[in-house]
Amino acid sequence: MMLPDPASTGLARVRKIEGSALGLRTPAFAPEEGAGDLLEVSLGPHHPSTHGVFRMDVVLDGERIVRLKPVFGYLHRNHEKLGEGTSYLGSMPYTDRLDYLNSMTNNWAYAIAVEKLAGIAVTERAEYIRVILAELSRLLNHTCLAGFLMQDCGCSGTPLMYAFREREKILDLFESLSGSRMMCNFQRFGGCRVDPSAEWLAATRKLVDGYGAFLDEFEALLSGNEIVMARTQGVGRLPAALAVNAGVTGPMLRASGVGHDLRKVDGYGVYPRFNFRVPIGREGDVYDRYMVRMLEMRESISILDQALRGLPGGPILDPKSKQRGLRPKAGEAYGRIEGPKGEIGFFLVSDGTGNPTRYRVRAPSFVNLTILEDLCLGHSVADAVIILGSIDIVLGEVDR
Amino acid sequence: MILAAAPASPADAWLERAPVLLRDALTGWLPDALRPWVAALLSIATILGVFGLLFAYMTLAERKILGRIQNRPGPNRTGPFGLLQPFADAIKALTKEDIVPRAADQVLHFLAPVVLVALSLIGLAVIPFGRNLVAVEMEASVLYFFAAGAATELAIFMAGWASRNKYSLLAAMRALAQLISYEVPLLLSVVPVIVVAGSLSTTDIVAAQGGWAAGLWPHWHALTPWGFSAFAVFMVAALAESNRSPFDLPEAESELIAGHLTEYSGFKYALFFMAEYLGMAALSAMAVTLFLGGWQAPLAVLEFIPSYAWFGVKLLLLLLGFIWIRATFPRLRIDQLTRLSWKFLVPLALVNLINGGVWAATADWTGAAAVVRWFISALGVVVPFIFLARSLSAGYGPRTYRYASP
Amino acid sequence: MDLHPYAFLALFLLVAIAFPIVLLAVAQVWFRFFQPPKPSPSKQDPYECGVAPHGDAWIQFKAHYYLYAIVFLIFDVELLFLLPLAVAFTGLPVGAWVAILVFLFLLAEGLVWAWHRGHLEWS
Repeated sequence: MMLPDPASTGLARVRKIEGSALGLRTPAFAPEEGAGDLLEVSLGPHHPSTHGVFRMDVVLDGERIVRLKPVFGYLHRNHEKLGEGTSYLGSMPYTDRLDYLNSMTNNWAYAIAVEKLAGIAVTERAEYIRVILAELSRLLNHTCLAGFLMQDCGCSGTPLMYAFREREKILDLFESLSGSRMMCNFQRFGGCRVDPSAEWLAATRKLVDGYGAFLDEFEALLSGNEIVMARTQGVGRLPAALAVNAGVTGPMLRASGVGHDLRKVDGYGVYPRFNFRVPIGREGDVYDRYMVRMLEMRESISILDQALRGLPGGPILDPKSKQRGLRPKAGEAYGRIEGPKGEIGFFLVSDGTGNPTRYRVRAPSFVNLTILEDLCLGHSVADAVIILGSIDIVLGEVDR
Repeated sequence: MILAAAPASPADAWLERAPVLLRDALTGWLPDALRPWVAALLSIATILGVFGLLFAYMTLAERKILGRIQNRPGPNRTGPFGLLQPFADAIKALTKEDIVPRAADQVLHFLAPVVLVALSLIGLAVIPFGRNLVAVEMEASVLYFFAAGAATELAIFMAGWASRNKYSLLAAMRALAQLISYEVPLLLSVVPVIVVAGSLSTTDIVAAQGGWAAGLWPHWHALTPWGFSAFAVFMVAALAESNRSPFDLPEAESELIAGHLTEYSGFKYALFFMAEYLGMAALSAMAVTLFLGGWQAPLAVLEFIPSYAWFGVKLLLLLLGFIWIRATFPRLRIDQLTRLSWKFLVPLALVNLINGGVWAATADWTGAAAVVRWFISALGVVVPFIFLARSLSAGYGPRTYRYASP
Repeated sequence: MDLHPYAFLALFLLVAIAFPIVLLAVAQVWFRFFQPPKPSPSKQDPYECGVAPHGDAWIQFKAHYYLYAIVFLIFDVELLFLLPLAVAFTGLPVGAWVAILVFLFLLAEGLVWAWHRGHLEWS
């Protein structure tokens, strides 16, 4: 991919990198002289729309944002340092708590990193199960996101409740498989923990078959809604160049028109066996980010359908594989997958002992959040709220 | 007592006259000097009681209906079907600590909810709830109603400013923007009704909507092309005027925490809700009066049902519409709200003014000419609507999406 | 036997003001006897999402809708003129109708002008 010259983007972010502090006022958004005082408001951490304990320190000129400083760290719990003091298997349940909506994909990305580090092969059935669970996660995440976004737009809960009804169904599946609804702790090195029963597969099949109808209903209510379009189109435009420069990944990046999807680029797991497309947007605004996710869910349904049909027999885990007391030989590995929010990656350095000497998480929502100010400047408070909603952050992952 | 044969006119039925008879029975024994004052207090108490109860059960109905729309049961723990919920809420609100920020303007902070409730209530004085049920007969009652209604936004501004909270300040400013945007279409949409009815009195306006065309089609204003357009504009403006979704910008909870309500707690908070629902009910009652024939029955054969029951049914249907809209739509942004008003509703209402004038001037057209009259009026609604709606939604629309090449 | 309308409205206004005050007074009585208020500095701070508030909320706020407000003033006054015209409409001679139309036209023209000049946009 061609990386544009950072200097040519001419956006606030670039200058921030050059050393000036966060909260740079670009001339285009400078307040008019004598038109009124600036109002410094803190949106968050205790705010209905910051999706957790996140804070935006905004400076307003009337309703317009002239400065925005994201403040986070309220949920920091030393995740990466904990990982250095914990055995390889011991870190698996901690990864659940990163993006707590998508513990399945967090597990998978971490498992891939360890498998690379220790050279463990994954059984074929496990690869399929991982795909199934990852795509279910994607459905769950995007459905919730759409519901939250509409809530931020000012819906009185109806889309959110519809979304949560579907989320419940997926969580029920997760619960019956792993024993936990959100903190699944499901993947193991070389496979996964539990073999899904025939009933579970039948229930999943039923959910997958019905999901398209739910999406049709949801989209009929919202995607063409005049107010939704008026509120989201042209708001929070993210140019492709800035998106690439800032390391934005996932649906955010694809909404800006860059067709970068690790499932295609890396072809990890058994994804190359499935037939699916990668939807991309043109404008890179909030509406595109919403629609790209809606379209991605349709592709996920198709992947799930293929994976459920092609699920092979065999073991889910090599019985001789070692989980506890794993001591990979010295080296380093970076495992990444296309999580629902973007590229979730784990970088592990081993010195041959039972714990990694370095454990680093590349959290997609953290990286995607860095361009928040660029997206919000010049827009109103109401827009900032939906822009933040469209970025799709989970504070467990941002703060780690 | 021998029951008389069916009365000749529905106005004579005893059920129809029951409220008036009751009032006379209660005040008949009083000395003449006192009687009108007691009668007036009685009607005020009735309005307060009925609309107070309506407010209580509107909150419950809203939560129930929102719940049903959102796949959840809504309140159902307090009494059968949650019927005691409003009282539980009231007790809770009464016993909550009343916290006033130190920095706030204490007087204004106290005054705002009081003024808001008072202003939301007094408009109800001129609504004819039934054939003989209007608290006060006045020449300029429509004007009075809107004068009282317009002041409610100012009370919200008062609350927002007095709180000395930044979110409240933003809410106060939004309330003002809303006021200057929606006063004009609200009033403009009423003017053609006044033109056609030839009076500013609500009783006369209801009387002008009596009767049926061909015995079937009520002469309600909303059932004429110009009247329908005016009704639609009025209802949109009424939504905005009562700060209801999708125009609930001052209290936009996803943006401004609770807007002007942020620094209110205890019963003052409840008073704001009371004012919101009373205002909503008052505006709906006005809409019923102006456009839906007031207390008139939809069909002549249904006139045996008392007029105030018809009024209640229509009022509840409109209020249900408010709830349904709240469950359905996202919120507009403030600039879109003002744009919707000034670039869509105001021009539409202005055109409709002429449309209503033409309708009034051609009142004596009958037979084939009546069809032409309807056609002209319909044209005067549809053409500007299409024209204005296009310009309003210019710049956005559904999109098609590409897929990355593999 | 009926009161003068204005007397009734004045009475209604009095009752309407008294109504919320009585309710608030009931709450005060409750606090007095059962639940004395416990003020504290942090409780009585203005709410600012859980962080210490800095800066005043009483600022000179930039009203983006300043121009709307002026257009609104014009329209509101003109509407007041329209109401008596509307009441008398059906009884008026043709000449008066033309005058009303001219008045309406001026009103509409003002709106079109403001629209055209871009005054109906947020600045």
